[in-house]
Amino acid sequence: MIPPPPVSFGALLPILIVAGTACLVLLLDLLPPRRSKEHLGGIALAGIVAALLAAVGRWGTETRAFRDMLVLDSYALFFDVVICYATALVLLLSLDYLKRNGVESGEAYALVLFAAVGMMLLASANDLIMVFLGLELMSLSLYVLAGLFKMRLDSGEASMKYFLLGAFASSFLLYGIALVYGATGTTGFDRIAAALAGGARPPLLVVGLGLLLVGFGFKISSVPFHMWAPDVYQGAPTSVTALIASGSKAAAFAALIRLLGGALRGSQPDASVVLWILAALTMTVGNVVALSQGNLKRMLAYSSVAHAGYMLVGLAVGGNQGASAVLFYLLAYVFTTVGTFGAITLSERADGEAVDVSDYAGLARRNPVLAATLALFLLSLVGIPPLAGFFGKFYVFGSAVRAGYIWLAVIAVLNSAVAAYYYLRVIVYMYMREAEAASAVYAPSFAGSLALAVALAGIVLLGVMPAPFVDLAQIAVAPLFR
Amino acid sequence: MLLSAVTFLPALGAAGLLLVPRRAERALKLGALAVTVASFGVSLVLYVGFDGGVADYQFEESARWMPSLGVGYHIGIDGISVLLVLLTTLLSPIALASAWDAIGDRVKEFVITMLILETGMLGVFVSLDLFLFYVFWEAMLIPMYFVIGVWGGANRIYAAVKFVLYTMVGSLLMLVAILALYYQHGAATGRFTFDLPVLAQWVAAPGLAQNLMFLAFAVAFAIKVPLFPFHTWLPDAHVEAPTAGSVILAGVLLKMGTYGFLRFCLPLFPDASLEFGPLVFALGVVGILYGAWVSTVQPDLKKLVAYSSVSHLGFVMVGIFTLTAQGLVGGIMQMINHGLSTAALFLMVGMIYDRRHTRLIADFGGLWGVVPAFSALFLVVVLSSLGLPGLNGFVGEFLILLGAFQVHWLLAALATSGIIFAAVYLLWMYQRVIFGEVRNDANAHLRDLSPREWAVLAPILVLIVAIGVYPSPFTRKTEATVDALIAQVQSKASVAARAPASPPPVVEAVASTRSDLEQRSDLEQRSQAAPPSAHLRLEPISPHPLAEAVTSTRSDLEQRSDLEQRSQAAPISAHPRLEPASPHPLQ
Repeated sequence: MIPPPPVSFGALLPILIVAGTACLVLLLDLLPPRRSKEHLGGIALAGIVAALLAAVGRWGTETRAFRDMLVLDSYALFFDVVICYATALVLLLSLDYLKRNGVESGEAYALVLFAAVGMMLLASANDLIMVFLGLELMSLSLYVLAGLFKMRLDSGEASMKYFLLGAFASSFLLYGIALVYGATGTTGFDRIAAALAGGARPPLLVVGLGLLLVGFGFKISSVPFHMWAPDVYQGAPTSVTALIASGSKAAAFAALIRLLGGALRGSQPDASVVLWILAALTMTVGNVVALSQGNLKRMLAYSSVAHAGYMLVGLAVGGNQGASAVLFYLLAYVFTTVGTFGAITLSERADGEAVDVSDYAGLARRNPVLAATLALFLLSLVGIPPLAGFFGKFYVFGSAVRAGYIWLAVIAVLNSAVAAYYYLRVIVYMYMREAEAASAVYAPSFAGSLALAVALAGIVLLGVMPAPFVDLAQIAVAPLFR
Repeated sequence: MLLSAVTFLPALGAAGLLLVPRRAERALKLGALAVTVASFGVSLVLYVGFDGGVADYQFEESARWMPSLGVGYHIGIDGISVLLVLLTTLLSPIALASAWDAIGDRVKEFVITMLILETGMLGVFVSLDLFLFYVFWEAMLIPMYFVIGVWGGANRIYAAVKFVLYTMVGSLLMLVAILALYYQHGAATGRFTFDLPVLAQWVAAPGLAQNLMFLAFAVAFAIKVPLFPFHTWLPDAHVEAPTAGSVILAGVLLKMGTYGFLRFCLPLFPDASLEFGPLVFALGVVGILYGAWVSTVQPDLKKLVAYSSVSHLGFVMVGIFTLTAQGLVGGIMQMINHGLSTAALFLMVGMIYDRRHTRLIADFGGLWGVVPAFSALFLVVVLSSLGLPGLNGFVGEFLILLGAFQVHWLLAALATSGIIFAAVYLLWMYQRVIFGEVRNDANAHLRDLSPREWAVLAPILVLIVAIGVYPSPFTRKTEATVDALIAQVQSKASVAARAPASPPPVVEAVASTRSDLEQRSDLEQRSQAAPPSAHLRLEPISPHPLAEAVTSTRSDLEQRSDLEQRSQAAPISAHPRLEPASPHPLQ
């Protein structure tokens, strides 16, 4: 009898905790009480917090599993923490939001957890096959979650569109994987890097890299692969939108950076040219189109496209500096985005969700605290110091200037000025216009308020005291560039 | 700790006022006023303790913030910022007091916003770390945005958004330049830091990189000043802002631009400053004339005062880019004087608006008989703004023009004519508003100044007269710093001029010796009561106007003593040497 290969479960600990909790939630869903599923949300939250603590506890260690297909190094742990934070905040937001909208169900919480498992797999993936598995697990869960409002047409449309375009992108990714395999004879990152160590850049590899970029470009919603984002962000339940905007984007970036910085580091010059153009296009298109959006969720979709562009600046820079800048930016962005969408879930109109910018007219009078919180998140997205968004931009643009990409930095800062207009427009409505008949009111929710408070504390802390987190980001990317 | 206390007292006060219930409007206003007055009190201690004979930064504080990135909490003041800090802490309680009755809506938000704004402005003036400076510079935009957008006039949203976007474009480009400077300095010296004194010891190689960095900083500051042609946000913002906002905007915010030129552009980019100096100088002159002409035809009092700021700040820019001791000291004094006079003008326009709810000049007339006290004080403020000798406005403009004539007589003569146009638009406005018959019945029974309004105006009026009669206590605080700044710019530019593109060292040395000799003899002549046209005769023949500012340490000292004599003597008696230079309408 062949003995089973040794598996180091330590490398899987955070992932196993989340996956186990997801299965537990699915099982408990069958048991009474039928009416309320709030306790399942609580269990899911407990599982995520446990995984978060496990990840924090393993900081500084490095373990590998499944013949190096999975790596739990400080890089993966950094992303595990970011993903767990995002998921925990999304769960807090969902607790009350889903019930208010009549779609509370056990599988919703389980799917959020499965999506988180996929994201964490992406962060740990050290093999193209593992990247694909993680991406599919995450995406399939999110496709379903986007259609959670079964009775709403736009939710169904979002789910369908997300699925069709996502499947299309996945096939690009698979094709790219195949070509890279053809060029190097392996799918493992370490062995790809070894195969390319001599400086060889076979054409097959370059084409494969391009196809991989297409696949990832879809997941991070970079122009010209961003078409799905506005419809999905708008149609999906807002708490799910928060997860798509924060966690899935962070996870896709995690895998992309490990791929570019680790396996394909020899191709950085090729990639930089493409990424430079992609970054400039993504920022500009995202920001310019966001200017004319009346729906807040749609506007934030284009804004998230633009933010993907800022992060691509860091990728174009590449290397230690670029990668750590992107990591910090993601950390800041996750807190800010979840907070922004969280504030939207806490606003509602008599006839449903408050998602039009004009719904927020006069909010500062009706609920000064909620308005001020949302204003702070928006200002962080603008990049006003001393909030997290500012330092994220500062760090990314700084890495670009350092690497000599001055003009890319100039394009990026001009884009930030364009972006200021549409973010400030929401503040104009909240503070400087009077309420209309059907305006948003505060929908009280303890869990949602707690999530907002945590996110707010996060953006202030990251903005005022960024140094420790910058150090963390630098430690995190160190294993990639050994 | 004193400097941090001044800077952060308002912010702490704002945090404290968060706890006061929204209904207790009186308590909120009183609390905010108390905080700003306390901050003013501490800044007075700073001012008295500030040694004007030392050019270095004083009351320095530094603490670690992000050592791995070279970012530190480093603050301090020198002879330039000490006056601006005092101006800020003085105008903040005045602005709050002026809004006592005018702001009735969302009082809690208003006082908290004003307090945060004060911390932001003070932070800009005391920061000695580029990162810290940028944080305050950007953060301060948001409270001003709210002041204009929430408590402003009918078209306030447009004005607020325009204000933010204009300023932001400029400051974001400056951010790129800050980063570029940081990495260039780090690559050249091996030390990555945002610390201004450290960065200022090093000069980027002259050429494209330094020019671009200079331009990025300069555009950010020029928008704030605002220098022609970047001024179009200003009339909108001023007209729509509430009185308190206008006072702060004109009194302090615009100075952040001119201060930026002094603090960052000159010492960090000396060659580019010399290269682009003539351009900025010329734009300053254009601004003086343009602002004055456009003011003349304004039907709205507030808009008139707003455009007059463009003209007055043009004088400041001219003064700074003369790169002479007189010009710089004059520019700094003009910053303070403009802060006082224009703040007073906006306050009084606000007072008249509170009574009549109109600001159109055509709606007034004959106010002298109705509100004599108001009219008399308004006259003093108007005269101060147009530069009547004996009041503060004259001191700064006179020194600026003295410096300007050393650089370029034609532009200086044009700038001088700006004083005449100032008299035209201000006195014509005053005549239409105050003199004549009461044409409109609504003006027949207006209240004269209330005790609160007296209290708001009194400190400014006292300073207007005090600076006008006896400016040297104020100029003395700043002269050592100015001399050091000029010496720094000159020595650094001359070090950089050793690059191959510049003329051979021998020629340069000869040239500098010659002009040194000429200047020195010129100064000696002047200090012995030389004929008034001595420097006029000298300047036009010089090939490079700004190179004339090159002065040895000795002539610096002479200049200073010369300056002191003049600045003390000038306002008391109409100085004989004034006449050829400035045909002042009021003499």
